[in-house]
Amino acid sequence: MSGFALVLHEFRFDQKTFWRNPASVFFTVMLPVIFLLIFATIFGNDHIDELGGVKTTTYYVPAIITLAVVSATMQSLAISLTVDRENGLLKRARGTPLPSRVFIAGRIGNSIIVSVLMLIVLSALGWALYGVEIPWDRLPAVLVTLAVGAAAFSCLGIALTAAIPSEDAAAPVTNVAVLPLYFLSGVFIPESEIPSGVLHVADVFPIRHFFEAFFAAWDPSTVGAGFEWGHLAVVGIWGLAGLAIAVRTFRWTPRAGH
Amino acid sequence: MPQPVISVASLRKSYGDVEAVRGIDLEVAEGEIFAFLGPNGAGKTTTVEILEGYRGRNGGEVTVLGADPARVDRVWRERIGIVLQEGKMHPELTVRESLELFAGYYRHPRGVTDTIDLTGLTEKADDRVGRLSGGQQRRLDVALALIGDPELLFLDEPTTGFDPSARRRAWEMVASLRDLGKTVFLTTHYMEEAQKLADRVAIIAHGRIVAQGSPGELGGRASAGVRISFQLPAGVAGTELPERLAAAVGNGEVSLQAEDPVPVLHELTAWALDRRIPLAGLEVRRPSLEDVYLELTADEREGVQE
Repeated sequence: MSGFALVLHEFRFDQKTFWRNPASVFFTVMLPVIFLLIFATIFGNDHIDELGGVKTTTYYVPAIITLAVVSATMQSLAISLTVDRENGLLKRARGTPLPSRVFIAGRIGNSIIVSVLMLIVLSALGWALYGVEIPWDRLPAVLVTLAVGAAAFSCLGIALTAAIPSEDAAAPVTNVAVLPLYFLSGVFIPESEIPSGVLHVADVFPIRHFFEAFFAAWDPSTVGAGFEWGHLAVVGIWGLAGLAIAVRTFRWTPRAGH
Repeated sequence: MPQPVISVASLRKSYGDVEAVRGIDLEVAEGEIFAFLGPNGAGKTTTVEILEGYRGRNGGEVTVLGADPARVDRVWRERIGIVLQEGKMHPELTVRESLELFAGYYRHPRGVTDTIDLTGLTEKADDRVGRLSGGQQRRLDVALALIGDPELLFLDEPTTGFDPSARRRAWEMVASLRDLGKTVFLTTHYMEEAQKLADRVAIIAHGRIVAQGSPGELGGRASAGVRISFQLPAGVAGTELPERLAAAVGNGEVSLQAEDPVPVLHELTAWALDRRIPLAGLEVRRPSLEDVYLELTADEREGVQE
């Protein structure tokens, strides 16, 4: 098989594995949907005056899409690659003629497809249940944001595996890395409620910038095509740093043993 | 002379201050089943992982299928199959899907159904991997290693943790690989396994090869001496025994090794007949290959217990 055909081959089986695993389906697909329903139900039809009177539901759709993409890429890859490393699956793959970049490309492809799916599901739910307009005229900006974010957070997820010593530590470590940032970055709590000092801290990390880029597309007061190049640049730089760390530190053999 | 499939000279590997492999030489010919035997921690897995290209080395020459495993490419990987000591597969995929996935990695794979049949997984072909028993998962490991139709197969402790009947079935499967013309490099810590399957055996202890040859040759070495033993009769002092037996008393038992057992036995039975002493527990036996193995690796095992 040629390189691309082999990536598709690998991707096809990664999809089967993903959809047949109840934990990955629940945490990656169901949980963001549940979050959207909960936040939209609690805050109903409030408006956020500090953000030009935007509807709360309009705020939460891009916020939960941000969470869903980070979950489908960074968290999902960090956990599944660590589990596969510790139980010897990566080592076995390494002993076959499959090039390692094809293996990794299949996994990232899987994360990106799930991210696209979540974007569609969450935007459609927001529109159908809460009347949140889908920003059709800013679709290019939405897709570019998704592409940059999914690539960057995939690299960060692969880099994070180096910090996870065992299978059992995979979920706690990834949650420690992202959960506080969801709160600090305005994903769970509208940023109007967060002190500006805290937002400055969150500004160092990529999740807030990724969210800002999505929010601009959904915000009715945004003028123009909605491309947030400044925010995307920060996300991209984090992604490149993740890539550099991943290339240097990624290991194919279990940490236990030599 | 055809080129050996594996050739290793003066191989050395250390982890920090610990020398795991201290100068190993071995050769494996085409079509041979070669058993690499030794206790846990003797350097078996380190050696096999160097041959498989997973680990680097600190010294020595290694050639596997004409290439140095430290610098190999995809084409070389197509020619070998690896069964690791431990390694799970995606529990979500079925046996057949797992093999279809791996078949895609090779240019000329074996048939999926054929490989399932060969490894005795026909009835489990459409079961999820997560639902297989330990023995069935091990057979799937072998099937996955065979799917690329390799010339050389590495099996690292393929039956560790098996019950006796599962082990017997696994042996039949490995023996059937010989009929496919594969070269097999097998590591094990079971003497019986090496004896049953291998054309040639190398015994490793403390990172060195302490014996090498066919099971027959190693057996010949074992039969050099015969062990005679019996319980010292109650009320008989060791000093009453014939002279050369008196020296072998210990713990109420007499046990000695004799190159030529006939004169010793003659002397012993004459002495016993004379005094009408029944020789309880009298045994005369040639040491098995197992005894040779235990003797050669004795230091190592004591070392592990320390």
